Amino acid sequence: MRQVSASEITRKVSELCMDANYNLNDDIVSALQKAMIQEEDNRAQEVLGLLLQNADVARREHMAICQDTGMAVVFMELGQEVHVVDGDLEAAVHEGVRQGYQQGYLRKSTTHPITRENIGDNTPAILHLRMVSGDQIKITVAPKGFGSENMGGLFFLKPGDGVKGIYDVVLETVLKAGGNPCPPIIIGVGIGGTMEHCTFLAKKALLRHIGSYHPEPSIASMEKELLNLVNQTNIGPQGFGGKTTALFVAIETSPTHIAGLPVAVNIGCHATRHKTDYL
Amino acid sequence: MEIDLPLVDKQIELLKAGDLVHLNGWIYTARDAAHKRMMEDQLLGNILPFDLQRQTIYYAGPAPTPPGKVIGSIGPTTSSRMDPFTSFMLHQGVKGFIGKGPRSKEIRRALQQHGAVYFAAIGGAAALQARSILKIETIAYEDLGAEAIRRLYVSGMAVYVANDCHGGSIFPEENEYKE
Repeated sequence: MRQVSASEITRKVSELCMDANYNLNDDIVSALQKAMIQEEDNRAQEVLGLLLQNADVARREHMAICQDTGMAVVFMELGQEVHVVDGDLEAAVHEGVRQGYQQGYLRKSTTHPITRENIGDNTPAILHLRMVSGDQIKITVAPKGFGSENMGGLFFLKPGDGVKGIYDVVLETVLKAGGNPCPPIIIGVGIGGTMEHCTFLAKKALLRHIGSYHPEPSIASMEKELLNLVNQTNIGPQGFGGKTTALFVAIETSPTHIAGLPVAVNIGCHATRHKTDYL
Repeated sequence: MEIDLPLVDKQIELLKAGDLVHLNGWIYTARDAAHKRMMEDQLLGNILPFDLQRQTIYYAGPAPTPPGKVIGSIGPTTSSRMDPFTSFMLHQGVKGFIGKGPRSKEIRRALQQHGAVYFAAIGGAAALQARSILKIETIAYEDLGAEAIRRLYVSGMAVYVANDCHGGSIFPEENEYKE
């Protein structure tokens, strides 16, 4: 058994919280640059330029890309040959979020859902823990802002609704969101599973590298077709109009029940932040 | 176009949806919780934390201020969440709102009736925008943390006129606010 101390996990989570909030991922930077060249609307071009300039300032000055530094969603794949020592694994993750948001001057946005009293340190992390083979820990921190999170949806389609039904609910969700989730957006779609698994798949889809399509050709063509349809809505950057409404659509699927076709749509903002590292 | 705050009627009338303008002067941050509390204060007969007459409200809650900076990253939050409070704010004399995303038909009509304007700042360009803020003071509801009311002195803050006082909108008609 390989031993990893809880404090190392805390340190890594803390670093990833800051890294994700300061440094826009390269695939998104490239996608924004490409969109700027392809965009025909002057204002849309201007807005894309400001988003790129912002990413540059954030990176150089270690400032948050967006003031909404989100809820810290943590995906962890724990190798079964790893023995976590000197502390509790889950507590170590929450402590990492606490330290990262404190030391990184990131906004503390978590609140009691009813009283609305701020928790004060941006905990808890939303932890998705999976046991895998091997002796490594893979940690991804994906801070999720709620301008975009509020715009998502879960739909229980009839099996007969098929691909057309899926396109309809994705488009309905995007149109309803309009300029609110800070477009150009990234769209994570979960198809199948049960209620909670379907929404998990949609969130996980947002971690996908832009331009890397689903390995199944039929799903990959759905991703491309949906992106094309979404970019015909004229929502555009910030909702001001233009053909850059989304940068990417990623679909994750899972077998589901013969009686159902659950579809979850999770919208990510232009920054859709996530950073990964290994211990 | 350069705009000095507080807004005057003549200036508001000149603003057209789609214009990129630069704001100079004092603005006040207020989000969901601060709006709710101001409305409650008014109902209880308490004095509001500042005179809202002719002022501009920014729907924003900044990130904490890092050492050596005036302010942390700051950008707009979704404006439509403030729609239930906007009539109240207009009746208090507020003339300008800054946020992101489209507003409801009722709010657009109310802006026209009150001769007020809604600006859209770039959502997600918060590190860049922090540069146009020269001063920050927390003036009320400090217990609300990120949602406390702050007074910001801005210089050359770039925003788009989203809904002007003549009913014009920056958002394409087919993508206006969905009820």
